[in-house]
Amino acid sequence: MDEKLKTDLQRFATQIRIETIKEIGTLGVGHIGGSLSIVEALAVLYGEVMHIDPENPKMEERDWLICSKGHAGPAVYAALALKGYFPMEMLETLNQPGTNLPSHCDMNRTPGVDMTTGSLGQGASSAVGIAIGNRLKGLDNYTYLIVGDGESQEGQVWEVALYAGQKKLNNLIAFMDYNDMQIDGNVSDINTLGDAGKKFEEFGWYSQTIDGHDVEAIYEAIQNAKAQSDKPSMIVLNTIKGKGASFCEGLVSSHSMNVTEDQVKEAVEALEAELE
Amino acid sequence: MTVKLADYRIDDTTEMRAAYCETLMDLAAEDSRIVELDADLRGAAGMNAFAEKFPDRAFNVGVQEANMMGVAAGLSATGYIPFANTFAPFATRRACDQIFMSCAYAKQNVKVVGLDPGVTAALNGGTHMPFEDIAIMRAFPEVTVVEPADSMATRDVIKLAKENDGVWYIRLGRKTFPAVYQESPKIEYGKVITVREGTDVTLIASGIMVAEALKAADELEKENISARVLDSLFIKPLDEEAISKAIDETGALVTCENHNVINGLGSAVADFLATEKYAPLEKVGVQDEFGEVGPVDYLKERFDLTADVIVQKAKKAIARKNS
Repeated sequence: MDEKLKTDLQRFATQIRIETIKEIGTLGVGHIGGSLSIVEALAVLYGEVMHIDPENPKMEERDWLICSKGHAGPAVYAALALKGYFPMEMLETLNQPGTNLPSHCDMNRTPGVDMTTGSLGQGASSAVGIAIGNRLKGLDNYTYLIVGDGESQEGQVWEVALYAGQKKLNNLIAFMDYNDMQIDGNVSDINTLGDAGKKFEEFGWYSQTIDGHDVEAIYEAIQNAKAQSDKPSMIVLNTIKGKGASFCEGLVSSHSMNVTEDQVKEAVEALEAELE
Repeated sequence: MTVKLADYRIDDTTEMRAAYCETLMDLAAEDSRIVELDADLRGAAGMNAFAEKFPDRAFNVGVQEANMMGVAAGLSATGYIPFANTFAPFATRRACDQIFMSCAYAKQNVKVVGLDPGVTAALNGGTHMPFEDIAIMRAFPEVTVVEPADSMATRDVIKLAKENDGVWYIRLGRKTFPAVYQESPKIEYGKVITVREGTDVTLIASGIMVAEALKAADELEKENISARVLDSLFIKPLDEEAISKAIDETGALVTCENHNVINGLGSAVADFLATEKYAPLEKVGVQDEFGEVGPVDYLKERFDLTADVIVQKAKKAIARKNS
């Protein structure tokens, strides 16, 4: 990866982070922790990797992104707005009455959202159906899937692990946001996933475990995944919940939390300083 | 009456699953968007022929009902029309949330086929015997809930489901049950089929209970009681116009369902009566009990799903009307 692309993607990640914090700050409450932990993955996907057209969000041959941890919608919306799918001002409507940006991703409301998610585990199955559908149509596009680590305690994720392996869906590239935190505490204390990548390997996937905040590592992992001829890919992202916002980084309580105007101001100013 | 009836005292010559499979194969031959999904009940669903003819469009996910509904939703999102088959309890109880969110809430075009309704689960027994599937499905907004009476009606239902965008819950017997129709009843969306005219009482039935209602109407006729019989295959949307007309013209109603009397066809009719137009209503159905194992004929007696019970309830409804 050349230095310019790396810098561009890092800057895009910071912009997504800033907009996510401001977006949640408008109402003063929201799913901030799990939104901020997937920002680098979104930056690489929307900033470089995915074949998309914000003017034509339903373009048939596009790459698809299913954010199965639907509560990370605010980060997805920030990325979509920055890419021009809808006006930036719309971000201020998050969770307001009548909004098209609900707490959890809704494909029928938000331009660019490819699947409705929110009840955990379900987006993973939808992604498999989408990958199969696109393959059946003879398209050579990719379906990207983001699951949470807490989400992966759902049995449905492992149904998907089995079936995507069985179907050798090499057009499916999944990420696990492994921040080791869920609502009630640490994943490793409550019901551990252990070596998640190894588990997926056992289910017939090609797996990689990387630093989920390193855009270059994410980009390279996607290229490795695309080189697979007969396996779906799982890229385990070691991440920090609430990454990049001083008031919530590394806090279990950041799953859904109140955010004050001062906290938003301070966090955004710090991130804007990084951009300069 | 324009619909030609079969001899509803004897079994159909065609299994309902065979009618389903044949119809789906015909549709799939003309429309490449049709795909089929199973969860290790492909043989039970009668879908082997489909999978042999369209191997690329048939997906057996194994014993994974939840995943099957989600995969179906994803296939729909890419423009396919998935028909997902499993036993009714596994579809509606086990994969309830997947049908709700990934399919219905996400406004996908998924057809869920719930097999072995009510007592037709027979030798699989109480664990597999859904008396609550309609109740679950009819509480989901925008979901069509339909239960055909025989193989002829099944063919029509499958064709209409393909034409109509949205989630359908199709409650389907697998084997042979008494035939009701000699030819296609030419069903229309959300409309009853008037299978018998009558003036004293209206029997509103679905599924295997349509044949029982017809038998009951014959018995009532011997006592000079004229019973109208409506095949209310659409439980949602309910044909309120036909029920309103039945109230005006017969003044007494009996619902007949192979399901719990709570939140099934009888409750749907009762909702209408309570808010729109009153008539005495008696409900024939399972009286809030769990199922049990046994042959279908035994279970119909055991759970009061017979023509005799319909006759008694019809007389009671008429007595209430006249009191």
